[in-house]
Amino acid sequence: MAKNTLSSRFRKLDIDEFDENKFIDDHDEAVDNQGPDGTEIENLIRIGDTMTAFHLALRNPPLNTKNPAVKERALAIVLRVLTSFKSSDIEPAVKSLDRSGVDLLMKYIYRGFEKPSDNSSAILLQWHEKAFAVGGLGSIVRVLTARKTV
Amino acid sequence: MSLHQFLLEPITCHAWNRDRTQIAISPNNHEVHIYQKSGNQWVKSHELKEHNGHITGIDWAPKSDRIVTCGADRNAYVWSLKDGVWKPTLVILRINRAATFVKWSPLENKFAVGSGARLISVCYFESDNDWWVSKHIKKPIRSTVLSLDWHPNNVLLAAGSCDFKCRVFSAYIKEVEEKPGPTPWGSKMPFGAVLAEFGGAGGGGWVHSVSFSSSGNRLAWVSHDSTVTVVDGTKGSTPSQLKTEFLPLLSVLFISENSVVAAGHDCCPMLFRCDDGGSLTFVSKLDLPKASITRNISAMERFRNMDKRATTEDRNTALETLHQNSITQVSIYEGDQSDCRKFCTTGIDGAMTIWDFKSLEASIQGLRIM
Repeated sequence: MAKNTLSSRFRKLDIDEFDENKFIDDHDEAVDNQGPDGTEIENLIRIGDTMTAFHLALRNPPLNTKNPAVKERALAIVLRVLTSFKSSDIEPAVKSLDRSGVDLLMKYIYRGFEKPSDNSSAILLQWHEKAFAVGGLGSIVRVLTARKTV
Repeated sequence: MSLHQFLLEPITCHAWNRDRTQIAISPNNHEVHIYQKSGNQWVKSHELKEHNGHITGIDWAPKSDRIVTCGADRNAYVWSLKDGVWKPTLVILRINRAATFVKWSPLENKFAVGSGARLISVCYFESDNDWWVSKHIKKPIRSTVLSLDWHPNNVLLAAGSCDFKCRVFSAYIKEVEEKPGPTPWGSKMPFGAVLAEFGGAGGGGWVHSVSFSSSGNRLAWVSHDSTVTVVDGTKGSTPSQLKTEFLPLLSVLFISENSVVAAGHDCCPMLFRCDDGGSLTFVSKLDLPKASITRNISAMERFRNMDKRATTEDRNTALETLHQNSITQVSIYEGDQSDCRKFCTTGIDGAMTIWDFKSLEASIQGLRIM
């Protein structure tokens, strides 16, 4: 074997970064939403007002930020709300959302699926079923094609 | 609704001649087949073999009776009928990636080719040299151009591309036409100027298909994030987007000034209405299967199914829609873009279906095309 093939450092190069025709997605630097307010939502869940907590959690989604910590925090809050729902309350909650709300809910549900925990999968599947009944396959396609993710 | 199954191969694209007696299709290979209508059957009359790669677009000019084809071999050919044989003329597009779409302009003196080379080639005939010349529209397209549509004024061109945007360009060629008058999309139109750009902004998917209305004031497009969008040039530039609950649509067409038909991966054409305020609403799916009577399967059929398919259930694997696979193209069959009476769809299942609005209005409750 020739000596110049022994080094494999070139394998760490990302050749696409050097492509001058590389597609750079234009991010409009819109208002950076910081995600929902955790303490207020905790209070609402404690007193049992899950519907208001739900609507509050879905406001200000951190779609534009590149900071993963903000996104993780928002995701944790939303999952906390979703798992605190009773099965019978899920359908009215989904029905109270508009089209973009259902799409946003679907995005959070799929993000929740990424890291399953003991009690989250079952309730998330129930949320998914109800959201799918309203949003249809289109809402799932929009989760897959969205470039600004939650 | 009459369905004709050509072969089993997908129909990549199709084009009709002026009186709808002939259809040119490409069965997902390097050739174009022209079928002639004879009674209720379609008989193959010509095979156009010149391309070295898959044919990606066919358009048939109704008045001058010329066919333009483009393919993955980075070429386009203009075919003319001479003594009963279609003769090709090569058009040098000067692209280094596959061509994806081709469309004659309304006056048929030029055509536009979209390509994977991130540009649009607008070609016109130079009679001094007796050949087709191409001019490129490059900026600011940043990915493959998937679909094109001409404005009725023969100058403006709408393009949908994989960079998630739909744009309106000027394709004004001073050698073949007069300066165009002002339109709602703009008044200064040098070649290659971008008059409008929509889409992107974080959401959105590839723009699969674009369509101008017959007046040219409205532009509709369908995108891979399962949305249909319409913008009215006379009412400012805020597009009205409808997020559907269907799978992504692949082809869209204005069939009147207020109605849009689109079809795609759901194998079913859908009707949308665009009202005077410019907002878009879903009206109805146009392929509603007749209510099937569930019948008890007889013992003979049960054993036959067990023998043929090793199954004991009455499992019908066919789709309920007429098309058994995605619809890739919708075209006008009878009428024109301001008042279409019949339209045609072809798809990956190799079938071509002609839909009649009169019978659709009769069979679907409350359906009225405006």
